[in-house]
Amino acid sequence: MAQQAQSTGSVGPTKAFTAGELGLVLTAIGMAFLSILIAAKTTSGPYACHASLFALASAGSVFAIFNRYLARPAEPASQEINGKPNYNYGPIKFGTLISLFWGIAGFLVGCIIAFQLAFPALNFDMPWISFGRLRPLHTSAVIFAFGGNVLIASSFYVVQRTCRARLSGDLAPWFVVLGYNFFIVIAGTGYLLGVTQSKEYAEPEWYADLFLTFVWVTYLVVFLATIAKRKEPHIYVANWFYIAFIVTIAVLHLGNNATVPVSLYSPKSYIVWSGVQDAMMQWWYGHNAVGFFLTAGFLAIMYYFVPKRAERPVYSYRLSIIHFWALIFLYMWVGPHHLHYTALPDWAQTLGMAFSIVLWMPSWGGMINGLMTLSGAWDKLRTDPVLRMLVVSIAFYGMSTFEGPLMSIKVVNSLSHYTDWTVGHVHSGALGWVGYVSFGAIYCLVPWLWNKPQLYSLRLVNWHFWISTLGIVFYITSMWVAGILQGLMWRAYTSLGFLEYSFIETVEAMHPFYIIRALGGVLFLIGALIMCWNIYRTIVEPAAEQERVPGGALATAH
Amino acid sequence: MSGAPHEDIDAHSGTATTGHEWDGIRELNTPLPKWWLYILYATIVWAIGYIIVYPAIPLISGHTPGVAGWTSRGAVTQELAQLTQQRAPMTSTLEKASFSEITKDERLRTFALAQGRAAFGDNCAPCHGAGGGGAFSFPNLNDDDWIWGGSLEAIQQTIQYGIRSTHPDTRIGIMPAFAQILNTKEIGQLVNHVRALGGLTTENTYDKPLADRLFGEQCAACHGDGGKGNIELGAPNLVDSIWLFGSDKASILQTLARGRASMMPAWNGRLDDTTIKALSVYVQSLGGVKTVP
Repeated sequence: MAQQAQSTGSVGPTKAFTAGELGLVLTAIGMAFLSILIAAKTTSGPYACHASLFALASAGSVFAIFNRYLARPAEPASQEINGKPNYNYGPIKFGTLISLFWGIAGFLVGCIIAFQLAFPALNFDMPWISFGRLRPLHTSAVIFAFGGNVLIASSFYVVQRTCRARLSGDLAPWFVVLGYNFFIVIAGTGYLLGVTQSKEYAEPEWYADLFLTFVWVTYLVVFLATIAKRKEPHIYVANWFYIAFIVTIAVLHLGNNATVPVSLYSPKSYIVWSGVQDAMMQWWYGHNAVGFFLTAGFLAIMYYFVPKRAERPVYSYRLSIIHFWALIFLYMWVGPHHLHYTALPDWAQTLGMAFSIVLWMPSWGGMINGLMTLSGAWDKLRTDPVLRMLVVSIAFYGMSTFEGPLMSIKVVNSLSHYTDWTVGHVHSGALGWVGYVSFGAIYCLVPWLWNKPQLYSLRLVNWHFWISTLGIVFYITSMWVAGILQGLMWRAYTSLGFLEYSFIETVEAMHPFYIIRALGGVLFLIGALIMCWNIYRTIVEPAAEQERVPGGALATAH
Repeated sequence: MSGAPHEDIDAHSGTATTGHEWDGIRELNTPLPKWWLYILYATIVWAIGYIIVYPAIPLISGHTPGVAGWTSRGAVTQELAQLTQQRAPMTSTLEKASFSEITKDERLRTFALAQGRAAFGDNCAPCHGAGGGGAFSFPNLNDDDWIWGGSLEAIQQTIQYGIRSTHPDTRIGIMPAFAQILNTKEIGQLVNHVRALGGLTTENTYDKPLADRLFGEQCAACHGDGGKGNIELGAPNLVDSIWLFGSDKASILQTLARGRASMMPAWNGRLDDTTIKALSVYVQSLGGVKTVP
């Protein structure tokens, strides 16, 4: 689609449909009919509901494309204006704002399920809001909806700016952001209605997966096509990480979702892998989702926004090369550490642990490159809370990438596995690293995208920073204590040789820590709400022509 | 890379950049930090050593066994063997001992209680509660009101074969659904009567002579003339304040009209005989046996 939209550059004075527009309209019409057929023939209520949503979305996109056609000039958008690249910010603005919406939704659901764990009565005996359905809603909302939109939006921004080229494609970038968010809606409503293939972080059923595949391949094509027409001689390091993220997620998605649907009219499918092979595929996918979605993608964000905000050169080009290749090579092998002491053969567990240990320094290479970029600009941490947020995110990245290899050691894992230590570890990475680097990037992006001199209020950023940081500290310390306590209680034997605690006693012991954790989550949510207000005011505030603050300067392309 | 003709030196660090610039971002050509590189090498060396010592490399059939000869199955077998060995002297005594021997030997009884407590937490607590406090339809084990008998032998039989379980030797007692036998008014009288037996308030409509007659005809066969219950049939004592299925009028009405048949599984085959013996000692210790025959 991306190439089609460009190849129609030789349009005459009369307006005509581009091949891309025509192709997408025809596809959408076909999709609408197929969806209506499925909605009519399926016996599954949730599937019929989803098929109807697909039909509505398809019809909506046909109208949207026609409206856009009527409003647009005959010529396609020019690549350059007055010798400067004509950057395409529309899809980026959409992605940035919707990521805030999903972020709040995901954090809120996280708080709800945290309270459900502390007080099970909050499940209210209603299947739709029970922990089992809300938990994947939380994980998908924060990882894929919030994180995914930040990644897509920031990648579209960074690739244009660092290539000095307009985003490739005309409708394609819009298809990527809107299609991706439509997938989120299908996935999220599916969880609430009970549609799931029960694979952690890969819960959506086959039809949602299939749709996401089209969106993701389009994303890859748009990204690569933009890089292909770059005006810079070299590809910037952030773009290597974005490419690694996009390509690998495609491979993982296909591998772990190799399912056979029961029929076209059934939402249910069966995975082709079985038993321990399926478990291994699941955690090959699961840990590389951490490695390539939550690490490589967000390292790309770090490599652009940290030097930009600090106005300092990246610390070491050589380090970036070495740690990039080491990271993407090693991550592929570490999945088995999720299956220590299980039916997975010993040799696979050994390799998983060995590669996890070696992964420690390549991960820290990213941390060093991020932190040391501040060299010569450390004083800015006092005055610029956005930069502080970015730097603290790198510190959390360093901490959780030390904790990860530590927990992959089998003797440590025998204590930590299945306990809340794992949950604490994940959240130091998720809240501290992914959350803060995203917030930092959004705080930078919004004034740049909406052409504002600066953020509405740096004081509010400061409040966001401190409230959230307090929340993260509550969260991870309570989970460390809870997890280690839990692990020790499970393995405690009396002097007579019997287990000292029953399982339910260990659950009871978690109660105070679950409450502290939930309160930590609430603080994090409050911080994010402050951010939303700040972003809203930044966008609606009339742009006063004033001196740009150094940290928030609108960078030029030269 | 470095040493390019357009050498560009960063003023702050004195390090050369790579000479490129993207959207205002430059990159220093700083060498790899030594400590970083050496730790990376150390982890690689360690990983190679670990792979040699433990099972690691997949082959066409099987895998390299590792020079330590370690397997996870072997390790868990060894740990279980150690545990069995630790318990062995006491376990073998407990296995052979009769209940009266256990009761007399304080050391043996302590061991049985410890084993019973551990087994209770893993197997019984989900229904009876971690402390044996019970819940609606799951008897409280902390009182001395034993529906099927509170002697060690009786408790052992209950645990082994269960109540209304699928085991052929299960204990069976049936509280019938009286909705098919009595009319609404009669059941209403019995609801009041059962509450009166338990020392609870009754309604004005309560007709004691009529209720006495109905109780004698319908209930006394199992629950006894005075309503004191019968452990042979698992018919609960009605003249105490212990209510397995609730004491309010609606709950008693439900019990009388629809009957009750809660189930306890048979543990014979799921737990070994010694564990069941230990469990019997532990469960009895929770509630005591003062008033039990």
